[in-house]
Amino acid sequence: MSVLILGATSRVAREVAQRYAEAGHAVAIAARDEDEAKRIAADVEVRREVPTRALRFDATDFESHPALVAEVEAALGPVEVTVVAFGDMGDQEAAEQDFAAAKRVIDVNYTGAASACEAAAAVMQPRGRGAIIGITSVAGDRGRQSNYFYGSAKGAFTLYLQGLRNRLHPDGVRVLTVRLGFVDTRMTYGMETGIPIADPAAISRQIVDAVERGADDVYLPRFWRGIMGVIRAIPEGVFKRLKL
Amino acid sequence: MERWAEQELHGWGRHPRLPAEVARPERRREVRAALADRGGKPLLAHGLGRSYGDAALIDGGRVVLTRRLDKMLDFDPITGWVRVEAGVTLKALIETFLPRGFWPPVVAGTWFVTVGGAIASDIHGKNHHADGTFADHVRRVEILTASGEIVTCDAETEPELFWATVGGMGLTGVILAADVKLRPVHNAYFEVESLRVANLDHFFEVSADSAHFTHTVTWLDSLATGDAMGRGIFMRGRHAEPGAEPTGGALAKLAAKLSPLLDVPLDLPDWLMNSFTMRLFNEGFYHKHPKGVVRGVQHFAPYFFPLDFIRNWNRGYGSRGLLQYQLVVPRDPEHRVIREILGAVSGAGMPSFLTVFKEFGDSTHPWLSFPRPGVTLALDFPNMGSGVHHLFDRLDGLVADAGGRVYLTKDARLPRETFRRMYPDWTEWRAARDRWDPDHVFQSALGQRLGLSGD
Repeated sequence: MSVLILGATSRVAREVAQRYAEAGHAVAIAARDEDEAKRIAADVEVRREVPTRALRFDATDFESHPALVAEVEAALGPVEVTVVAFGDMGDQEAAEQDFAAAKRVIDVNYTGAASACEAAAAVMQPRGRGAIIGITSVAGDRGRQSNYFYGSAKGAFTLYLQGLRNRLHPDGVRVLTVRLGFVDTRMTYGMETGIPIADPAAISRQIVDAVERGADDVYLPRFWRGIMGVIRAIPEGVFKRLKL
Repeated sequence: MERWAEQELHGWGRHPRLPAEVARPERRREVRAALADRGGKPLLAHGLGRSYGDAALIDGGRVVLTRRLDKMLDFDPITGWVRVEAGVTLKALIETFLPRGFWPPVVAGTWFVTVGGAIASDIHGKNHHADGTFADHVRRVEILTASGEIVTCDAETEPELFWATVGGMGLTGVILAADVKLRPVHNAYFEVESLRVANLDHFFEVSADSAHFTHTVTWLDSLATGDAMGRGIFMRGRHAEPGAEPTGGALAKLAAKLSPLLDVPLDLPDWLMNSFTMRLFNEGFYHKHPKGVVRGVQHFAPYFFPLDFIRNWNRGYGSRGLLQYQLVVPRDPEHRVIREILGAVSGAGMPSFLTVFKEFGDSTHPWLSFPRPGVTLALDFPNMGSGVHHLFDRLDGLVADAGGRVYLTKDARLPRETFRRMYPDWTEWRAARDRWDPDHVFQSALGQRLGLSGD
């Protein structure tokens, strides 16, 4: 059996790959940057001595997703866990100027993520086993002027994962929603957050733990559930006046 | 476009502290982007910041952190060659390959060192007399040079760039990856012997008698004078044979857990590291050691990296920081120079907290790589101001007159003229570097201070 990581150049995804490899699983490393995917796959193989495969993955080439899953299964065996970890924050201002940029953010973070999950679900459902981990964001919990294209796409992905979980539950396929707060990655590097930034390796362990205990929907780091509870509770009449 | 964050950086000695714009690439094309996007400012790679002074700093320049370039790319279990990105640490190499029976060829006094830093400083260890420096065990070093080209170099291919980079303090480009030859070992243990040496003559006798040990080092009582000058504890060891079990109690068990357990969370008060506490430490360890040879089998962690168990031990020196001084002077029959040096140290009334003494082997590398045949002495002091600086100035004169040199990785204050006396072939290094980086794209505070960059 194997683990498929989509968007493996993200530090969190790379660490999740290491955690599954530590446990002895074969790992498929898929990313848009194929060269980097090969280097990450080599890293997993050298460190953990498990079979790996590097693949080029384009989130917006929706038709290619089922074939990619088939390729991984042919090379490494049935996919037991699929991690949908890719994402693109885009540039909010550019997206406001040019809808093509906005559409790309939506296509990558929502349509592409849903398409990849469908491809994984299609092989897992008949087998009656497997797990899909969707990495989404606390930005999807409430729309804000500073990143609402990204936030709305992630929010849609969160809703999609709820529905998928509901659909696959009778078949014994698990779906885990991971709503990430600030993690020390390329996305947050150099940001003045005022909120502690989590270590990606620690987050990866919490993700694997959450899958193993059968959790459905987690905030990581956990304190983000409280923060987002407060942010969601602000009345819209007040919220619309805030600079967020 | 890279994201540049304004940060104040410092080395392990926590002095000086200099502002820079800092990027943290995760893949090599981001390093190239950082070079292209540097806005005409000087650039410098920065690993884990374990050099003590200003080697990895550049005032108002741009810094590329290499710590996230940490992928292991290939490993050959037959030969022990491993190909790694520059941000891979000695700790990662040990944790990954010791269970498979391999050990890094050379380690420093801390395992929080990147492979890129190990090459740029050309680090040495207790096994220098047997195995040379880190650079003796690397090949295929990939360097992003000033032109934007990635050049692969070693002693055979592009040797000029390779030797300019070995000990070159990051001034030839950004080291991206290298092959390192790991050494096969049977287990995680070291067979260790320690004994008191009563004075300098005794030290050299024991040192000569210890050639069959791959690892030697001595903790010196820097305050001892007269007949006792040079007294200390001589420690020698080698990788243990199959089936070895660690001796000793609590410390060995603690070490087996492998992770740094203690932390020095806040700055200790400055008065804690005063002359009195250091005198206690210096005399204590000598008298505590039993007479005769003590033999044991030790886990590698307390043997090589005792200070890593106290993760932020540099903060023990208080907010003013610490200053290290490591020198090497050529052998002379009567040990006249080293006597003068130890006399200057004990006479200054400023005991060095940890004083390390060792005979280097004959392996040398050109230009800026530090080790030379002779004896090396490492001293460390709290930054107590002018007293320490006067002592260092005095030592500079003695070392330079004797044809010796100081270790740039530990330096924060060497005057340019003295550097030029200690490293007389620096002009050749500079000519080589100028062929690869004519516009001095890569600069550091240390390089500017020593006249390695700029006019």
